[in-house]
Amino acid sequence: MTDDSHDSHGALDAPTLDCPVPFGAYERITLAHGSGGRLAARLVRDLFVASFDTPELHAAHDAATFAFDGRLAVTTDAFTVSPLFFPGGDLGSLAVHGTVNDLACAGAEPLAMTVAFVLEEGLELSVLSKLVRSLTDAARTAGIRVVAGDTKVVERGRGDGVYVACTGLGRVRRPLATDALGPHAIEPGLAILVSGPLGDHGTAVLLARDPRGVEVDLVSDAASVWPLARALLDANVALRCLRDPTRGGLVAVTHELAGTAHTFVLDEASIPVRHEVADVCELLGLDPLHVASEGRLVAFVEARDANRALALWHAMGATDAAIIGTVHARDVAPVVLRTRLGSTRVLDLPAGEPMPRIC
Amino acid sequence: MCLALPGEIVERREGVLPMALVRFGSVRREVCLAYVPDAAIGEWVIVHVGFAIQRLDEAEARRTLALLASADDSIAAESTEAADTSRGPEPR
Amino acid sequence: MKHVDEWREPKLLRALADRIAREATRPWTLLEVCGGQTHAFVRFGLLDLLPPTITMIHGPGCPVCVTPLEVLEHARRIALRPEVILCTYGDMLRVPGVHGDLLSARSEGADVRIVSSPLEALDVARRSPERAVVFLAVGFETTAPATAALIELADREALTNLHVLSAHVRVPPALDALFASNSVDVDVDVNVDVDVDVEAHANANVDVDANVDVDASTNASTSTSDTTPTDPNTPCIDGLLAAGHVCTIEGTDVYAPLAERFGIPIVVTGFEPVDLLRGVLACVRRLERGEAGVENAYARIVRPEGNPLARAAVERVFSVADVPWRGFGVLPGGGLAIRERFAAHDATRRFALRGSVGADEPIREPTSCRAADVLRGRLRPLDCPELGRRCTPETPLGAPMVSSEGACAAYFSRRSAHA
Ligand code: SF4
Repeated sequence: MTDDSHDSHGALDAPTLDCPVPFGAYERITLAHGSGGRLAARLVRDLFVASFDTPELHAAHDAATFAFDGRLAVTTDAFTVSPLFFPGGDLGSLAVHGTVNDLACAGAEPLAMTVAFVLEEGLELSVLSKLVRSLTDAARTAGIRVVAGDTKVVERGRGDGVYVACTGLGRVRRPLATDALGPHAIEPGLAILVSGPLGDHGTAVLLARDPRGVEVDLVSDAASVWPLARALLDANVALRCLRDPTRGGLVAVTHELAGTAHTFVLDEASIPVRHEVADVCELLGLDPLHVASEGRLVAFVEARDANRALALWHAMGATDAAIIGTVHARDVAPVVLRTRLGSTRVLDLPAGEPMPRIC
Repeated sequence: MCLALPGEIVERREGVLPMALVRFGSVRREVCLAYVPDAAIGEWVIVHVGFAIQRLDEAEARRTLALLASADDSIAAESTEAADTSRGPEPR
Repeated sequence: MKHVDEWREPKLLRALADRIAREATRPWTLLEVCGGQTHAFVRFGLLDLLPPTITMIHGPGCPVCVTPLEVLEHARRIALRPEVILCTYGDMLRVPGVHGDLLSARSEGADVRIVSSPLEALDVARRSPERAVVFLAVGFETTAPATAALIELADREALTNLHVLSAHVRVPPALDALFASNSVDVDVDVNVDVDVDVEAHANANVDVDANVDVDASTNASTSTSDTTPTDPNTPCIDGLLAAGHVCTIEGTDVYAPLAERFGIPIVVTGFEPVDLLRGVLACVRRLERGEAGVENAYARIVRPEGNPLARAAVERVFSVADVPWRGFGVLPGGGLAIRERFAAHDATRRFALRGSVGADEPIREPTSCRAADVLRGRLRPLDCPELGRRCTPETPLGAPMVSSEGACAAYFSRRSAHA
C-alpha cells in the first residue's frame, strides 16, 4: 500500500490500529486474498485481527468460545449499501448498528458478533481498511466484541464491492420467557412511541447515491439504539415490543406488527420528521414514512407508562422522541393515519424501495 | 402528474441554458430557467422535473390567502384578474 | 416551506369545507383530472372533509397510468439491449406491461436508471458516449417542455447517442372523449390494433387536427355496447377541476371551447389542499348559479396565456399525434410525437419500432376494461366485474388500477382491507 493511501485516512487512525500495513505489493483485492494462502492469512492477521483486536480472534481457533450466563438472543443479517460511504456512516458502521439494533429490539444487551466479508476482486484495500476501521470503532462504541470472522473473494463483476454478513449475540435483560418482548405482546390500548425523527438514513443515502443537484444538510441517523432500549428496560417501563424502522420505514414496520389482529392509528402531527427530510421528500415525491432510519426505535408501551418512557428518552437527549399513536382492535386496515385535518386515511404498504417520482 | 414545488431563486448560473440555484425550504437544487429566462434572484418560481415552468406571483398569493381568511365570498371574481404577465418581480 | 405550508392550513381548510357544505344545495359530481390532485386529496385526507353532496371522481390517474402497453413493451425491449441505458422517472419502473415492468427488466440485466429531470439523462449520455441512452419520456403538457429542451440540447450538442421514446400525452382530447359521453353516447375505442398504431407513430409528423370531433374514435371496435349495460341514471360529471400545472404551460383559454361545448364549469385548480378545496368551491358556486365557463383558481401560478416560451419549444420538437391511452383506446390528438427534424433522437426510429412487437404477438389492450365508464362517473369501480378478479394492482387491466391513487385501485385496496 502506498504512503498516499496511508495519509488519506491518517486522521481517522485509532491508536490501537496500526494500519494500513503492507499487504504485499497489491493495492486491490485479488483472488489470491481469498485463496487460503499467504496473502489471505496476512489480510486476516494484519487487517481484521489487528483491527478488531479481541482475545477470541487472537486465539485463532476455528470457533470462538466464551462463558455465558442467562438467556441468549441471536440475530443474523447481511448488509449492503450503495454508496459504501455516506454522510453519517458507511457499510462497516452500518453492519454493527444493524446487528446491535436487532439485539436491542429483543431487549438484549449486545455481547459479541461475527463478521463475514464477501469482497469483490478489484476492491481497493484502502477502502476495505477504512470500512474495517469504521466497523471496529462502531463496535467499540456500541459495546460489542467481534469474536469470529471470515472472508471470501468473488470474481470481479460478481459482487458489489463489499458485502458484510453478521451474526450478533446478546444477553436478554428480562430473562423470563413470560416477560419477553415481541409482537405477541401487542394488544389494543398500547401507546406507540418513536425515539426520534424518521427517515434521516434513507434520505441521506438516497442523495449520496444520486445527488440530482440537491444540496441539503443531512446525515444518516445510523447508531446503536441499545442505550434507548436499556433506559426503558432498566426503569421497568411496561414495555411490550420494540422495533427499528429500517427498510420500508415506519409504514413497513407498523404493517408487519399490526398483522391481521390490530389497527394502529398514527397521528400525523406527532410523527417527528426533520424539515430537511420532509423537504427532500416533497421535492422528490417520496413519503418520509416509507424511508428507512437506522438509529431509531419504535416502542409499544402500556398507556399508563407512555409518558414516563417518553420522559426517559427526552432526558437522554432524544428530544424529538414522541408518542405517535395507539393500538386498536382491527378496523378497516392495519395502519391508519389521522391527518392534521383530523380526517383519516389508510397507510398503504410501500411496493418496494422508494423511488423519486414526478406524479 | 406534475409534482411541482415553489422555490426561491438564490443564485443564477449561466450555462448552455440559463440555470439557477433554487431554495425549497431547507433544500437547494439546481434548476433550469429556460422557460422563465428573466426570473431574478429573490423571485419565486414553480419547478417541475428540474425546470422552472412559471413565476409565482407573490402578491396574488397574499391576496388570495387574505381573501380566503376574511371569508370573502368573491373568490370567483378575484381570480380572473391575475392575467398580467408583464408584471415584474414582486418587491420583497 | 414558504408558499406551501400556508396552503395546507387546517383552519382554512375546515372553513372552506364548511362553505362548500353550505353552498352545495344538491348533489354534484366533480372530476379531478390529474393524478397529482387525486394524490393530494388522499394524502391530506380531504375527501373526508367534503360534504356528502360532493362526489369526486378520480381521473385516469396520470400519464404514467395511461401509458399504453405497447410503449411499455417497447421500452422494456429497448432496455434489454446490451448497448442501451434506459433513463426514466421512478414512476415508470413498476408499471406492469405485457411481460412485466422495467424493474424486472433490470433484474434480467437491463441498465435502467431513475432520473428526476431530463437533464440527468443528458448527463448520462454525455458521460457514456459508447452507450445508447434512451429517455422514456412520459407526462402531460407540464412535462413536455422539459423533454423538448432535452431533445433540442442533444441536437445542438450533436449527442447522437441520446434518443427519446415519447409517451407524452395531451389532456384536452381525453376530456373531449370523456365529456362527449355526458350528452352523446360515444364509446371510446378500447380495442387497440397495434398495426394501426405503429402506422400512426410512423406518420407522426403528418399534421393531425387537434380539435378532432369525438366521432374520430370510430376506428374503435364498435361492439363495446354489449359489454356496457350502462344505467342512464348513473351520475355523470357536472364539473371539472382542470390540472393547474398543465394550465401553467397551456394557459386557461384552451378550456373555453370545451366548457362551452359541454356546458360545464371548468376550474383551473392547484395541488395544495387549500387550492383543491377552493377549486371545488368555485366549481360548486358556478353549478349552483347554473354557469358554465372557465375559471382560474390558481392565479398565483397560472396566467391565461400560459407559458408561451415553453409551448413554443414543444411546438418546435413535437407534433400532435393520435395515440392510445391505456384503458381508453386511441385518442385523436391525444399525444405528442417527435418531429422529423429530430428523427435522429427519436427512439422509435432509431430502434425501428415498426410492428416488431406486434408482428409476433399483437398487443391488445384488454377489451373488458371499463375504465372509460369509470372515468365518466357512469360505473362505480366496485361494479366492474373484473375488479379483484382479473384486474388487480399487480395485474391491472386499465389505467385506473395502475397507480395506487387510480379510481379502481383505491376501491380495490379499501375492499381488501375489509376482507
Ligand atoms: S377495475 Fe380494472 S378492468 Fe375494471 S374498469 Fe377498473 S381498471 Fe378497468
